Amino acid sequence: MRKEGLIDSTRFDFSSDSRYRFVSERGFREDLIIDVSKRKSEPEWMLHKRLESLRIFNSSRDPGFGVDTESLDLSRIISYLSPDADKKRSWDDVPEEIRETFDRLGIPEAEQESFAGVGAQYDSEIVYQNIRRELEGLGIVFLDMETAVKEHSELVRRYFMKAVRPGDHKYAALHGAVWSGGSFVYVPKGVKVPLPLQAYFRMNVGGSGQFEHTLIIADEGSDLQFIEGCSAPRFNDLNLHVGMVEIFVLNKARVKYSTIQNWSKNTFNLNTKRAIVEEDGTIEWISGSLGSLKTMLYPTSVLKGRGARAEHLGITYAGPGQHMDIGSKVIHLAPETSSLVDARSISAGGGWAFYRGLLEISSRAKNSRSSVRCTALMIDNDSRSDTVPIIEVMNDSAEIGHEARIGRLGEDEIYYLMSRGLSESEAKAMIVRGFMEPVSRQFPVEYAVELNRLIDMEIESSIG
Amino acid sequence: MTLLEVRNLHAVLAENNEEILKGVNLTVRSGEIHAIMGPNGSGKSTFANVLMGNPKYTVTEGTMRFMNKNISRLSVDERARLGIFLSFQQPQEISGVKLRSFLMAASQSFGNKTPLLKMSQEVDRLAYNLGLEMELIDRYLNVGFSGGEKKKAEIVQMCFLKPKLAILDEIDSGLDIDALKSIARSINEFRYSENAIILITHYKRLLEHVEPDYVHIYVNGTMAITGGKELSVEVEENGYEGIFGSAKGA
Repeated sequence: MRKEGLIDSTRFDFSSDSRYRFVSERGFREDLIIDVSKRKSEPEWMLHKRLESLRIFNSSRDPGFGVDTESLDLSRIISYLSPDADKKRSWDDVPEEIRETFDRLGIPEAEQESFAGVGAQYDSEIVYQNIRRELEGLGIVFLDMETAVKEHSELVRRYFMKAVRPGDHKYAALHGAVWSGGSFVYVPKGVKVPLPLQAYFRMNVGGSGQFEHTLIIADEGSDLQFIEGCSAPRFNDLNLHVGMVEIFVLNKARVKYSTIQNWSKNTFNLNTKRAIVEEDGTIEWISGSLGSLKTMLYPTSVLKGRGARAEHLGITYAGPGQHMDIGSKVIHLAPETSSLVDARSISAGGGWAFYRGLLEISSRAKNSRSSVRCTALMIDNDSRSDTVPIIEVMNDSAEIGHEARIGRLGEDEIYYLMSRGLSESEAKAMIVRGFMEPVSRQFPVEYAVELNRLIDMEIESSIG
Repeated sequence: MTLLEVRNLHAVLAENNEEILKGVNLTVRSGEIHAIMGPNGSGKSTFANVLMGNPKYTVTEGTMRFMNKNISRLSVDERARLGIFLSFQQPQEISGVKLRSFLMAASQSFGNKTPLLKMSQEVDRLAYNLGLEMELIDRYLNVGFSGGEKKKAEIVQMCFLKPKLAILDEIDSGLDIDALKSIARSINEFRYSENAIILITHYKRLLEHVEPDYVHIYVNGTMAITGGKELSVEVEENGYEGIFGSAKGA
């Protein structure tokens, strides 16, 4: 089942008749937030954090760049939907209609085959979370955020919203106020997690928002791969996703964070992801952004310790009606840090792919290296592509490479492939797949296969 | 059996209507090898591309029949699936697509149901025979290949796809003598009584290794003279000027 469709949006377009324990009123009001915090039996400090964030949100303005959010009426969004299900460790205990949803998405099957652990979120709450027992024995913590706030209160308090602060921007503040669900991961010193952990997020109700928070702490010398996937059926009402990912990579640790984003095309995806990397640590962001109506997302790496490394590999697909404002930020704060950015976008059928990137090399980051490459491929004349890479270098020992290219599908290439018997659409799809290949091969193979399948379908439909 | 029959073929460059083919005639039967020689810019490559269906050119007059079927309105891939193959002078570089997987995908579009493993082994065998570095099979198609490697990769594709009619456009240009010999050997192995080959070339060097049944001298958008292998020797000795002059005299 998994092989059939992780990304194919038609396969995601089903909603389930679930029961909810609690559905909050629309909009973001203080009394609603206090109520939800009580329902979650949160410690006092978390409620304070929420209310402080709400105050910042209420006084902040839109970013002033990126996608047009005029059609997004925040007062209409349901911020909290609690499915009538407690978090379970066994799929057998998950309510049937919810279990069925994840079955259709192939999540339980994939867990057995290729993951160390899986967390599954249904609307606002994690309904399933499990990690292989032997890994738990190594001291690896993999919990839903709600439980982590209670069971690892000190650790969470030390790191929660410290990489991204509520004051950073309007949607960070909103997230701080109404966050719900998400995963907490702690990997102890020197522990290398042999298989990836996976989190899957599903929205099931139109007009709702999902605000999950992912917090990862990779202690010294540890190694972790984390994969997140997300989807939703298509509704008439707009959906909102304002998630947040914070990753702390301590000395000599390495975290590879892969995302396949396939929200339905009525979703505003205004997401924030940031990693703080200490000495000789490595963060790798592998991002496939395919779904949503409009996205703003700029995964950020702050290279704080000497010798820290960051890699940002991304594929963005902007199809009909989509506006994807996506990029990356790398901030070099320490000497001998290095980074690599390879951002590729495809726009088709009138879609708009906008690359917005920032590379900052501070005065202290002596002998740092960076290579930034952004490439855009436009399938037809209706599509749009823009590239705004900003590079600020504050010392003269840095070594920077930069390349930006926007191209169209080459007629000669299409002709060449067709002369070997491939149809026009097969030839185009092959060129597009080839264009993505250096990034798509970084995904787990099932995801890469699905990515290719999606592209085939999109190209097929754009040719008509 | 007649494979290809071209009658009074005229074609123009689509972007400016410049006429490049000015009444070409050619008949190719199965089992035959035809060499087309001619000066630079005479339109030999255009002829090959018009046969293949390159959308850059528009046929304005005349007919092209392949295996008794009018192919003028067929798309490039339909012609390929009928059994026409063109090896390009400058093959395109396709980033991110490995030669091996490309060939297997192409072969499947021909309806080849051979198991993938077998297909894959066949690719290995053909590359080995040709002396194409094995690692190139798993590199991106033509990306970073030398001129000679690209030519060898084209021949691997031909041998793998087994077309009825292979048009090889300057397959010999830019090759050293060893590469030329191994390509010639593969062409000879490819050849049998039911397929045919059109060699477009400037030099008789290739024709010493792949013996043509007919040599055509192509000048200014049309076949000026047709003869046997001896014509290629004459070209080498007297140049096109000399030949063309003597033909007019005859």
